[in-house]
Amino acid sequence: MYTTELQKTKAVDAIEDPEKLAAFEARVAADDFIEPKDWMPEAYRRTLTRQISQHAHSEIVGMLPEGNWIGRAPSLRRKAILLAKVQDEAGHGLYLYSAAETLGTSRGQMIEALHSGKAKYSTIFNYPTVTWADIGAIGWLVDGAAIMNQVPLQRTSYGPYARAMVRVCKEESFHQRQGYEIMMHLCQGTSEQKRMAQDALNRWWWPSLMMFGPPDENSPNTAQSLRWRIKRETNDELRQKFVDITVPQAEAIGLSVPDPALHWNESKGGYDFGEIDWEEFYAVVRGEGPVAKERMKARRDAWEKNAWVREAADAYAAKKAQKKQAA
Amino acid sequence: MSKDWPLWEVFVRSRGGLSHRHVGSVHAPDAEIAVRHARDTYTRRMEGISLWVVPSAAIVASDPADDAAMFDPAADKVYRHPTFYNIPDHIKHI
Ligand SMILES: [Fe+2]
Ligand SMILES: [Fe+2]
Repeated sequence: MYTTELQKTKAVDAIEDPEKLAAFEARVAADDFIEPKDWMPEAYRRTLTRQISQHAHSEIVGMLPEGNWIGRAPSLRRKAILLAKVQDEAGHGLYLYSAAETLGTSRGQMIEALHSGKAKYSTIFNYPTVTWADIGAIGWLVDGAAIMNQVPLQRTSYGPYARAMVRVCKEESFHQRQGYEIMMHLCQGTSEQKRMAQDALNRWWWPSLMMFGPPDENSPNTAQSLRWRIKRETNDELRQKFVDITVPQAEAIGLSVPDPALHWNESKGGYDFGEIDWEEFYAVVRGEGPVAKERMKARRDAWEKNAWVREAADAYAAKKAQKKQAA
Repeated sequence: MSKDWPLWEVFVRSRGGLSHRHVGSVHAPDAEIAVRHARDTYTRRMEGISLWVVPSAAIVASDPADDAAMFDPAADKVYRHPTFYNIPDHIKHI
């Protein structure tokens, strides 16, 4: 997911070859895939690089809130599952960084952009995971929202991104189901456990809806992104779908969605729901999320404190190469 | 900024009897670590029984700009396909 246009580069009027541009637009309109060595407009390359790298950063930073609970998982079964889930997210980050690199930005540049605070990642990961139920809520809601966003991206126009999304989508379903199962079990437990599940839903519901990004009327790049097939549905369309499938899942385990305005609208065949606090969303985008600073510190510390591993591997590779040359 | 490790393309044979297929790439300082990273990144769910890693720099690709010249000649050589030949229906096993 996480394709919420968190960062907009100013439109540059690139002088493109009109013939190549027309051929490109026609290919994309015909649902053809664009591959790394193909000609593409600079704005397409730039938008995709930003979108894919933001997506990659989100997978990587997304390991932190859950990693927080690996050592405290309530059973060995839960611990093994959570470990596998977090490892999957690392894999998602790697698939996506590789896809972004094919557009000409190096891995190092992307990592540096993340660590310097220049690059954005999904706002959802700047909220804290204070109880075990949060791990259930994240799997169910956050991975659920991610699936909603990622499924249409399997048909995105850029081949390496589409292929990465196919792999990611295959793995996400387990993430969502293990989260829902955690919530289900808590709801079948003591009243205190059930209260914990409800509390987690209360805190994660709105931030999950924000994951789909600003409302369509404040999402000026949407039309272009839809035309270029780097987005296949609008933010509001995806958000509506998410609400429609998630509300019954909450009801089925006796949880109530924390939105007094929520009600079924027969005529549109979907739920009407309350106004999202966009002030909060934009504040988190600006880096004012409750644990934004901790997240970035954890990332930078991991990178810097483990530099010796990378250096040792480099030294070993150089030594072996030298020996081979001498032989 | 530290330099990226070299890039390796990863190929997986999903089961006996099938070819290795390209699945993605990894960065690694040497071939041995490339294989380990490839295993962790691309075969966490029994996706394969064999891995190849190839330095990306060693791959030579055709140029998409030359697609027409490269592949079009095949289109006017329809006689390379069995359906080009008209054989009466009553002739069997051919
Ligand atoms: Fe993921
Ligand atoms: Fe996930």
